[in-house]
Amino acid sequence: MSRAEAKRSYPDLGQSERFRYVLRLADTSLILGQRLGEWVGHAPALEEDLGVANISLDLIGQARMLLSYAGEIEAAGRDEDRLAYLRDQNDFLNLALVEQPNGDFGCTIVRQVLIDAWQLELHTWLEASTDQRLREIAAKAVKETRYHLRYSSGWLIRLGDGTDESHARVQASLNDLWKFTNELFSADEIDVLAENAGVAPRLSELHSRWSVRIDEILSQATLTRPVDVSYGWFGKRGEHTEHLGHILSEMQFLQRAYPDVTW
Amino acid sequence: MYTQGLDALGDESLLLPEEELAELEARFQAKIDADEKIEPKDWMPAAYRLTLIRQISQHAHSEIVGMLPEGNWISRAPTLKRKCILIAKVQDEGGHGAYLYSAAETLGISREQMVEQLLSGQAKYSSIFNYPTPSWADIGTIGWLVDGAAIMNQIPLCRCSYGPYARAMVRICKEESFHQRQGFELMMQLCKGSSDQKRMAQEALNRWWWPSLMMFGPSDANSRHTEQSMRWKIKRFTNDELRQKFVDATVPQAEFLGLTLPDDALSWNEQTEHYDFGSIDWDEFQRVLAGQGPCNQERIAARISAHENGAWVREAAMVHAAKQAQRAARE
Ligand SMILES: [Fe+2]
Ligand SMILES: [Fe+2]
Repeated sequence: MSRAEAKRSYPDLGQSERFRYVLRLADTSLILGQRLGEWVGHAPALEEDLGVANISLDLIGQARMLLSYAGEIEAAGRDEDRLAYLRDQNDFLNLALVEQPNGDFGCTIVRQVLIDAWQLELHTWLEASTDQRLREIAAKAVKETRYHLRYSSGWLIRLGDGTDESHARVQASLNDLWKFTNELFSADEIDVLAENAGVAPRLSELHSRWSVRIDEILSQATLTRPVDVSYGWFGKRGEHTEHLGHILSEMQFLQRAYPDVTW
Repeated sequence: MYTQGLDALGDESLLLPEEELAELEARFQAKIDADEKIEPKDWMPAAYRLTLIRQISQHAHSEIVGMLPEGNWISRAPTLKRKCILIAKVQDEGGHGAYLYSAAETLGISREQMVEQLLSGQAKYSSIFNYPTPSWADIGTIGWLVDGAAIMNQIPLCRCSYGPYARAMVRICKEESFHQRQGFELMMQLCKGSSDQKRMAQEALNRWWWPSLMMFGPSDANSRHTEQSMRWKIKRFTNDELRQKFVDATVPQAEFLGLTLPDDALSWNEQTEHYDFGSIDWDEFQRVLAGQGPCNQERIAARISAHENGAWVREAAMVHAAKQAQRAARE
């Protein structure tokens, strides 16, 4: 039974809060998909070119559905492409983790495991959200995400429990990227409102399930979980690292150089 | 190189008495003449095997190198839908490379050996992929013309005498024709768009037209392999026949788009009922083939760096698999 059917009434989530919440999810999938696209043709093996392309395609597909939905909530005539191509970085609300550079293949895999495990918990929860559109999108996304995590955790285990070199490389990437996980579970006003409205999960609950899953993967990979750091970037509030601007300047180039035409 | 190849394959037919060999060859050719498929376990002449290895591995390498010029636009595709179409296309090309490597492996060469040959410059790939993709219209043009030319070349290969190659081609051709339509559709969008978009489309066509015609290989008079390959039913049409088919099919498409093919000599010939076209710059073809094309170095450098940067990953995967096997054995 979904939360919508449950005999409990939730306070409404305001239009602008719902819009921003959906954008956070959309932009996170979009920017990660964009990053993974950089690998296609350059991966360590042909199978990995194909595997990474698959995940990238799924994520951009999710982003398209979410952006379209965000556009409908906003009701200001912006479609998926206007939202993707004509916003500046302050208006992008993706998690800072996903805009981090690909680095070597191991670094990409670490980033992917951290976010896949988060998205898996999130999408599973959203299947029972009070927001019908999010329920529908999550129902499709959760299957994809399960595959993504199988792929990324499979690689993290291989690399962590592989050679000394591969172990050292992925441990270093894990240490580097860990600080960005803080944002995944630090609820701000919009998260709290979305949670109260039954639209979104309570982030602290997500955190404990994510933690269990991550610990399991890290232990199989013989990697050490880094210590949490309190400071974090807050991409979801539009506060980005320097990398996002470069991603956007590349991604948005044609739409900016030749405005108002159809592609 | 020929005998080296044979040694590497440990071909036993070198040791057979002459009469026995002649008998085997006659039976082999009879099978081909009867349109039966040759399968990996069947006896085949060493030269047939080598011709196929050369052709299939070149084809596989072309798919893989071909991911690069188009991959160049994944990050900049102008809509999310176009981005998805492009990623899926480049992914398909990688998939084609994978099937083709597998088909070649049935002939007794490993993927590692083939990749090694590509990276060392010993093996060739289609020279079309040594041209650059400076604009978004190049993506449409590649789909329209390059995948279009590939289809012309490959449809007859679906009936190739070697079973695994023929079967791989059936699947690949379906996807290539999908790519061709998507490319044409992209061009159509540009051609009904702004003057900048039309200019992009025309410039891209100018860049790709002649190299696309070169994709069919040297003219029949200068083609070394044609006759034998025809007898073996590895090839069913000559280079010039296929090139003519391609021109005949493409001229009306360009007209439909409102684009001009960059060839003053192009005209309909009432007698032959084909289009006449200008002469191809074979010097350019030879130059690009010899490594002096605009992007030869970049393409191979990109493959080499992907291979080298990935070495630690592939090694780790092997070591991990060995550890797992050891653990399983201990249990
Ligand atoms: Fe292909
Ligand atoms: Fe293709």
